[in-house]
Amino acid sequence: MTLNYKSTNENPCNMCMPMGGILPYKGIEGAMVMLHGSQGCSTYMRRHMAEHYNEPIDVGSSSLNEKGTVYGGEKNLKQGLINIIMVYEPKIVGVLTTCLAETIGEDVERIVADFLKENPDVSSTIIPGSTPGYGGSHFEGYFTTLRQILKTITKATQPHEKLNIIIPNISPADIRELKRLLDTMDIKYTIFPDFSETLDRPYEKTYKKVPEGGTTIKEIEQMAGAKATIQFATTVEDALSPGKYLYDTYGVPLYNLPIPLGIENTDLLFETIQQITNLTMPDSIKKERGRLIDAMIDSHKYNAQGRAVVYGEPEQAFSVATLCLENGITPNVIATGSKTTKLSKLLQPGLKRKLVNQDAVNIIQETDFSVIRAAAVEAKANIAIGHSDGRYLTEKEGIPLVRHGFPIHDRVGGQRLLSIGYLGTTVFLDRITNTLLENKYLHYRTNMYQEYYKKAKTI
Amino acid sequence: MKVVVKLDSTKSKKKSFIAERSESISMKGHQKSQVKCDTDSVAGSMSQRACVFCGARVVLNPITDAIHLVHGPIGCASYTWDIRGSLSSGSELYRNSFSTDMKEKDVIFGGEKKLEQAIDELVDEYHPKLMFVYSTCIVGVIGDDLDAVCKKKSLQYGIEIIPVQSSGFIGNKAAGYRAACDAILKIIKPEETTSQAIIERKSNCKRVINYLGDFNLAAEAWIIQGYLKEIGIDINVTFTGDANYEALKKATDAELNIIQCAGSMTYLAKKMEELYGIPYMHISFLGIEDTKESLRRIAHFFQNIELEEKTEKLIAREESQIAKTLHWYKQQLQGKKAAIYVGGGFKAISLIKQFNEIGIEVVMVGTQTGRKEEYDTIADLATAGTVILDDANPSELEQFMTEKAADLLVGGVKERPLAYKLGVAFIDHNHDRKHPLSGFIGAVNFATEVHSTVCSPVWKYV
Ligand code: SF4
Repeated sequence: MTLNYKSTNENPCNMCMPMGGILPYKGIEGAMVMLHGSQGCSTYMRRHMAEHYNEPIDVGSSSLNEKGTVYGGEKNLKQGLINIIMVYEPKIVGVLTTCLAETIGEDVERIVADFLKENPDVSSTIIPGSTPGYGGSHFEGYFTTLRQILKTITKATQPHEKLNIIIPNISPADIRELKRLLDTMDIKYTIFPDFSETLDRPYEKTYKKVPEGGTTIKEIEQMAGAKATIQFATTVEDALSPGKYLYDTYGVPLYNLPIPLGIENTDLLFETIQQITNLTMPDSIKKERGRLIDAMIDSHKYNAQGRAVVYGEPEQAFSVATLCLENGITPNVIATGSKTTKLSKLLQPGLKRKLVNQDAVNIIQETDFSVIRAAAVEAKANIAIGHSDGRYLTEKEGIPLVRHGFPIHDRVGGQRLLSIGYLGTTVFLDRITNTLLENKYLHYRTNMYQEYYKKAKTI
Repeated sequence: MKVVVKLDSTKSKKKSFIAERSESISMKGHQKSQVKCDTDSVAGSMSQRACVFCGARVVLNPITDAIHLVHGPIGCASYTWDIRGSLSSGSELYRNSFSTDMKEKDVIFGGEKKLEQAIDELVDEYHPKLMFVYSTCIVGVIGDDLDAVCKKKSLQYGIEIIPVQSSGFIGNKAAGYRAACDAILKIIKPEETTSQAIIERKSNCKRVINYLGDFNLAAEAWIIQGYLKEIGIDINVTFTGDANYEALKKATDAELNIIQCAGSMTYLAKKMEELYGIPYMHISFLGIEDTKESLRRIAHFFQNIELEEKTEKLIAREESQIAKTLHWYKQQLQGKKAAIYVGGGFKAISLIKQFNEIGIEVVMVGTQTGRKEEYDTIADLATAGTVILDDANPSELEQFMTEKAADLLVGGVKERPLAYKLGVAFIDHNHDRKHPLSGFIGAVNFATEVHSTVCSPVWKYV
């Protein structure tokens, strides 16, 4: 199924490329980022991210005005770099293009090269990247930028024992959970990017303009010599895949896995770790797995009544859909605003194995909320799982929403949502089950009354 | 062109400032010169401003039964979907975000065809009477002829399809306000009519006014409508909170335009005076003093004793109802210091007065798009030592809030986390607030919100 309309998007389910490109820079130590374009793009994105993470989000802009648009934005871009470097003293500055810069044909790579020649004092590494807003969704912007950063920073290094862990847009709480699991097993790793500290900072008395934390440049340099890469990006095309880049360029073995959300996906992570390192799952984590199974048993019958609408970035939509499948929830609608050929293919085996009626599942790519809403109504969905823009499904159709993914802008704590690993899955699953229960209890009396009493009366 | 950076890390305090910004910052009593305003943002200065498109969108979006179609790439539509907490008494169409979702090939080959198709599809689906088509950055660059497409489709369907010239780079948010007002002017243009007809219409309507610059956030326009009705004045159209096509068409029937949000609406009021002879007056319903004064001035305009008496009665009643509550808050808040960083100058002016009403001193005032006259007023109202700044950035806000030991910041979504990270209380004065800040009830809500944050027990732990 595709869009109702040919030329109109009605209530977008995705954002634009530069938005995705900002995030990686928030996960690198001492990095700043600047958009080359008009002031609005960066302000919108800052606002969206500030609402989700509840953290100050500084993103520079070259503030292109009419003159810059007509005669080229070189001057603005260089001036912007100077100001950012002066005020923030960053180690890295990411420069991302926007629709405007791309349309007027700005060659940011050349401009940055010139800038560095003209300013020999500058010690910051400047990474230009192309992220036209019309070139794809924020999902593609994110991975393109990761790849661009690797291309610029990594260099052939001595082989070492560390693992590269390349993550998609998961919450800072999830990143910390991932680290805890790896630390429990004494595994040495580089998380790339790591915004677990920068976008979910503890309160501290002295405010820092560039928050501490993030993957260090040295770590990124050495990703080329890692023992292996584990990347959570099964739905990402090879051309955008950072893990594939490391494999192609430096021969680092790549294990491309789904986000470890749900029991099977998390099992897969531990099996992979065992394959790479020979380490088996420690008892403490086995217990967490056992508790998840216990939770699943507790809730399986309630979940069997779930007819879910799952939407968001392809990678998130995939892992949530598989979580639904292993708990008896039918993911009737699985949707993403991004363009992806992989999501549907990846889902097929699971759907075949676990559902009587696979035709009841509607997988939709490159879509908007007008389509998702219609599909949800058709499927008689009783739960939605995805980011805040789906609140529209609750408001218009009464489908309760379990908030997950990005952006969460109408609730507090998007940065604290935990959903990966056995523990995270347990917490997430409880949120889903309880939302189903709450919805059921809320409507039970009226539904029964309407269905049976009223019917009986009118016969 | 050669630009050289001198990185001098020894002068750490000075680094918060970008040299070009120095004229945009002043301190009352310490400087002869005015703050520089209404300029382009400095590149890399981390301005908190939005763009032309955003300015146009926030002004027009509350028109409830219109299709708001963004001609451009998806992000622009995505970030501005349902951007304001504007309420509607009727249609909900305005709460959708429609976009032509331009892709690379549309940029290369032009987007006019796609735009035409999008209009066709939307007319087919929703049968609207009114549609706004907003241009975004790239539309301005690739040169799609928005006017021509809108005109063609307008004729074809016999409905109003209004182009909004809001390419992001053609100025700042204020240019977007103007683009929105220009779009509104196209709608309210009365059909070909004799001057006699206008006179007749005017003599028929009694004490009917337009309310400009209220977007009906959290029912604010309805609250003011209630006050005015009570004293015998009807609101004809609100621009643009809870407005619809039918209402807009009657806009020229009013005898007076009152303006709340000066930044966005003064231009429209001036135009309406020029074209239709409707006089205008700036008012403010933020804070008790402003509310009282505004009601009196509006009543006075009609030169009618009965009306003025009713106004005094209303004021006396409303004021006595809230006096005790406000007094209590004032005692609690006495001596606290506030910093203001909001969009428009008029809002900042109201806020300074409102803080004074509840015993709070303002130590920093800034706006994104304030105008020269407004900065003059701000400078008059401010106490000595108050920092006044235009188009500030987080770094400057941090510096001055800390230096001036502000207990509280008023601002928008982006400023909130900054205030909290600095351990400072925060008041949302943004588009999506869910409680009204206008009128007498708004004054209480404001004090309650200030108290809830300034006096929260949470600050004991920082
Ligand atoms: S779609 Fe393009 S113009 Fe719009 S916000 Fe994104 S980058 Fe900016």
